[in-house]
Amino acid sequence: MSEYLRIDVEHTLGELTLRVACALSAPWTVLFGPSGAGKTSLLRVLGGLTRPHRGRVVLHGRTLADSGSGTWVSPAQREIGFVTQRPTLFPNLNVSANVAFGLRGLSRRASEERAVQMLELFQAGELARRMPADLSGGERQRVALARALAPQPRLLLLDEPFAALDGDLKVSILERLNHWLAEHKVPALYVSHDVAEAFQTASDVLVIERGHIEAQGPPETVLANQRAQLLRHLNSNRTNIGVDGVRLLY
Amino acid sequence: MDQQAIFLTFRLAAITTVILLAVSIPLGYWLAFGQARWKPLVEAVVALPLVLPPTVLGFYLLVLMGPQTAVGRALSTIFGHPLAFSFAGLLVGSVIFSLPFAVQPMTSGFRSVDREILEAAQLLSADRIRILRRVLLPLVRPFLLTAAVLAFTHTVGEFGVVLMIGGGIPGVTKTLSISIYDQVQDFAYRQANATSLLLLSVSFLALLIIYGRRGRAGV
Repeated sequence: MSEYLRIDVEHTLGELTLRVACALSAPWTVLFGPSGAGKTSLLRVLGGLTRPHRGRVVLHGRTLADSGSGTWVSPAQREIGFVTQRPTLFPNLNVSANVAFGLRGLSRRASEERAVQMLELFQAGELARRMPADLSGGERQRVALARALAPQPRLLLLDEPFAALDGDLKVSILERLNHWLAEHKVPALYVSHDVAEAFQTASDVLVIERGHIEAQGPPETVLANQRAQLLRHLNSNRTNIGVDGVRLLY
Repeated sequence: MDQQAIFLTFRLAAITTVILLAVSIPLGYWLAFGQARWKPLVEAVVALPLVLPPTVLGFYLLVLMGPQTAVGRALSTIFGHPLAFSFAGLLVGSVIFSLPFAVQPMTSGFRSVDREILEAAQLLSADRIRILRRVLLPLVRPFLLTAAVLAFTHTVGEFGVVLMIGGGIPGVTKTLSISIYDQVQDFAYRQANATSLLLLSVSFLALLIIYGRRGRAGV
């Protein structure tokens, strides 16, 4: 995949100053770093939920934000799917209506069909008529994924969305998601604390610390260079480093 | 009981409520989510009728609607007659006087919506009206009901402003509260009691509706 995203932004939020300049070309990039490093802030800037104080974001050659020229594309017009750690479904709409919310230019029937199709992708087709309040955490997260993908975004941002899913289901959902993304040529930027997951899924790893990109490259190279940081994460008990992570450390 | 005053009062309250809901939804949304520096100024202006004596507000509205001011002359041209001592004038006064009773519940309602739900909607749709109609308004329905009931009952019960602007002309600007005042002045306590009981019942019923709905909605 050729370069699809170029970021050069600066944004101060409380004590954290986000200064990120990088380009992404891998289909599945894991954004890796400790809590408070700026991972979510970076995703919010990309999604258009936070307007950076300075800088530029270009997705597939289209400028989404540019402080110099005053360009600012609203979140919905960016064609970016965003799934957060806490799935926020619209509580007044049933699952099918939630998934169909982002669809435009389709008839009601076509929207519903598309919603069910996306739900089935994540083994959630039978949930279509249920209300969000009646779903488990894992079910909500699968619906949130289906909702983010339904409008066929040009980039998918995932902010630790699989924390609520159990092991087998998580593997199955990740496989299906990967397959769909590859089939539709949609790249993903995925925040994770899990080193094992980074090894299993990432074609590229972006390590962020205190708002800066510390390293970028294939997981074997980058994560090996981050040994000291991994040890720190392990000591802080905030990171599940997994078997590969343990091998990396010892 | 003064049938004319009953009809006029409830007509005034109904129209005022409709106007206030139309105003308080966008204004409440802006006060909840807007980031303008001068937002506190607007909040203070909206809340002013809560602390201002109604006679003071009525007096300034009367002056503003008079032929001495540009606003008064413009309104006279639009309506074809001076606004003071007319139903239209009463309506303008009622809308301003009851503004905080509709805007503040709506602002609280919008503020109570989970910010992430709003952001999720903004990521999926650029159409603000659609987000408002399909996501936000259903979520703030209990607050919408509170705003409507408070605006209606507050208008039904207002006295100072309607007396200053309307003057209590029978069939034109004489509302129930002015009718009670006149009945007491005439020592017609039985009639005053009947009219007061009506207002008391309406107010109590309205509050019962609000608290009943809030209890069910868990607000």
